[in-house]
Amino acid sequence: MDLNLSPSELGFRDGLRQWLADNLSPHWQADFAKIEGKQAQFEYLRAWQRKVYDGGWAGIAWPKEFGGRGASIIEQVIFTEEMARAGAPNLPGVLGLQLVGPTTITHGTEAQKEQFLRKILSGEEIWCQGFSEPNAGSDLAALRTTATLDGDHFVVNGQKVWTSYGWAADWCELVVRTDPDAPKHKGLTVLLVDMKSPGVDVRPLRQMTGETEFNELFFTDVRVPVANVLGKVNDGWNVAIGTLMHERATLGAGIQIVIRRSFERIVELAKSIGKFTDPITRQKLAQCYADIEVMRLNQMRAYSRMANGGTPGPEGSIQKIFWSELNQRFQQIAQEIMGPYGQLTKGSEYSIDDGIWTYNYLRARGNTIEAGTSEIQRLILGHFVLGLPKSY
Amino acid sequence: MQFGLTDSQILTRNSAREFFSAEYPIAEVRRLCETETAHDIPLWRKTAEQGWCGMTIPEAYGGMGLDLVEVAAAMEEAGRTLVPGPLLAHLTATAAITACASEEHKQQLLPALATGDRIATLAVLEPNPSWDLAAVAVPACEGTKLFVMDAAVTDYIVTLTRDGVFLVDSRGDGVTLTPMPALDTSRKLSAVNYRNAPGLQLATDNSAVQRALDIGTTLLCAEMTGAMQRMLDITVSYVKTRKQFGKPVGAFQLVQALCADMLVATESARSATYFAAYALEQNLPEAQSAVSVAKSYIADAARLTGNNAIQAHGGMGFTWENDIHLYYRRAKAFETAFGDAVFHRERIAQLAL
Ligand SMILES: Cc1cc2nc3c(=O)[nH]c(=O)nc-3n(C[C@H](O)[C@H](O)[C@H](O)COP(=O)(O)OP(=O)(O)OC[C@H]3O[C@@H](n4cnc5c(N)ncnc54)[C@H](O)[C@@H]3O)c2cc1C
Repeated sequence: MDLNLSPSELGFRDGLRQWLADNLSPHWQADFAKIEGKQAQFEYLRAWQRKVYDGGWAGIAWPKEFGGRGASIIEQVIFTEEMARAGAPNLPGVLGLQLVGPTTITHGTEAQKEQFLRKILSGEEIWCQGFSEPNAGSDLAALRTTATLDGDHFVVNGQKVWTSYGWAADWCELVVRTDPDAPKHKGLTVLLVDMKSPGVDVRPLRQMTGETEFNELFFTDVRVPVANVLGKVNDGWNVAIGTLMHERATLGAGIQIVIRRSFERIVELAKSIGKFTDPITRQKLAQCYADIEVMRLNQMRAYSRMANGGTPGPEGSIQKIFWSELNQRFQQIAQEIMGPYGQLTKGSEYSIDDGIWTYNYLRARGNTIEAGTSEIQRLILGHFVLGLPKSY
Repeated sequence: MQFGLTDSQILTRNSAREFFSAEYPIAEVRRLCETETAHDIPLWRKTAEQGWCGMTIPEAYGGMGLDLVEVAAAMEEAGRTLVPGPLLAHLTATAAITACASEEHKQQLLPALATGDRIATLAVLEPNPSWDLAAVAVPACEGTKLFVMDAAVTDYIVTLTRDGVFLVDSRGDGVTLTPMPALDTSRKLSAVNYRNAPGLQLATDNSAVQRALDIGTTLLCAEMTGAMQRMLDITVSYVKTRKQFGKPVGAFQLVQALCADMLVATESARSATYFAAYALEQNLPEAQSAVSVAKSYIADAARLTGNNAIQAHGGMGFTWENDIHLYYRRAKAFETAFGDAVFHRERIAQLAL
């Protein structure tokens, strides 16, 4: 074990620091807070992603020929750390960057890589993940959206649900059933679907936060060129699982930035309202700090393992359980520190940070459901990592 | 010994259940939550006609004069259907008047409050919020009170000041209300600003109001117990019918554990609440610590119940359309109302250890 950065890793880090100093507006958060509406906020973040891309900092570990930097996963870790340190905005094309891109690098044809990867990095094209259906959530392989071959196209019919960023997406990584007669894991195929295709209907779905961040997608006779099959026909389970492994292993990296930034804000707040001298508050904050550190270290180790062995495996569920449950604990602690002020929502002159904390509290509730529930993650660890008998 | 409701307490509970579930169906609750006040005058009138607005007021002043265990049993039912608007605030404020006012003032004020013709709320917290009565700092009646429940629909604000307890006209001179939009939209909070506001002095110090805070806390706990029961019921019926992997998800042990933990939490909340109500009713020496036991326990138990309820629903639990989040929001508001768990644990340490 050697946690010292090599000279070239140091050079990478210093270069990035310099770039951030030159390009990240110190008052971006205040600017961002003034933007009304999720679409406009999304565009702000998209412009930031474009800047990161133009600066050569997108897709650190992606191949150079597709717009990446061709560096290692260690540089990717450094990148995440530095973005957190600088309090930089999130990259909004997160599903493309962390899920669809890596899956395409593994399974895509040269033409698909050529067509999609750069635009994922630049934020020019936003992706969503069309996996879950009304009757296929935890049991994803039970999905019923069908695709039948008609000449050089698949014709898609069915419904997806809980599709995050469906409203913003240009493309969808869609899992469909292509062989209804095969056992349920064997007849699936992944299609890359243009969301502007005729027959795609995106409907808003309101979350408990009050927002419509996710959507329902309806597909009626949607024609998708055969060239847009990702991986092999009827091998879609394998491809989709690859995406899910990335989701579990790496989504936490982005969340980590957000949690650490929020944590610093809560510490500052606790100090400013005189609560930091309270021993109970100090204990809670210190415990939270320790948890966040452990999450970071867990992630560093997982990334190092990936740097040696390639794609993430089922042990990624450790990251998923850790970040999702940590965020819920953290939001609760934040509430406890704010006391009755914590419940106030946007638009009250008395609310703290214009009510973002009530939103964060509610939003965190979804963390142990999205990207596979905590129950399913525990079953994966029990069965696929620990080798215990399958329980269902 | 018999730790359970008596026949007459059961009767009260049953008629409360019948009334609240018939008059406050969840669609109506949702509609009211979207309004500015979460208060519907005809519905309030109906509720008042049944006597529920005067539950805690002695019969001598026109109330129902129920014992507190009965009131708790009725409020459990109100909580189950998530009755919105000023009922809890009103019961707490009338308990305050009952506890601290002179005979003359009680005769003058309580009858109209008992019939629901007048509505009252209680203003305790200030910008540096504390539920410790010794921390009340504003003079009479000058300054700001925050997080005042449903003030906008009341006639009176029973206001705690360092000069004692004052009854202030909610719409009177020198009183300005500002909404404080919050997570639980079934009960609206206000900031109340007093500028040399005239008030009727009910008591020269605040100490007698402690009993009303304890009653209010207990009724809040009762409401939350009903809300927890409802979350549990909704969840159990969902996991019996929702199928994944060819089975109802309720067949999976992890899901059963989520539900079983909700049951433990809900039954325990009920025990703690009933005992707090009984101890207050009987004036037991441990009454205050019993209230703090209930409040601090339920703060955590309600959160666990809400978390598990949503978790067991999967994506469906995270939607607006599903009712759980309405209860979840109330559970969050519950945590700090009438003092958070840290406050009540400190009180336990002072009173019981
Ligand atoms: C905020 C949010 C964003 C999302 N974004 C997307 C997205 O972009 N794309 C997408 O495709 N999906 C998305 N989802 C859907 C998410 O992946 C599913 O909600 C999740 O996989 C659970 O499926 P379900 O909702 O059908 O719940 P169900 O599978 O019905 O689960 C209900 C309950 O049963 C439990 N359960 C199920 N099976 C078992 C078992 N075998 N053993 C033990 N317990 C079990 C679950 O853990 C849960 O508690 C999102 C969800 C949320 C909340």
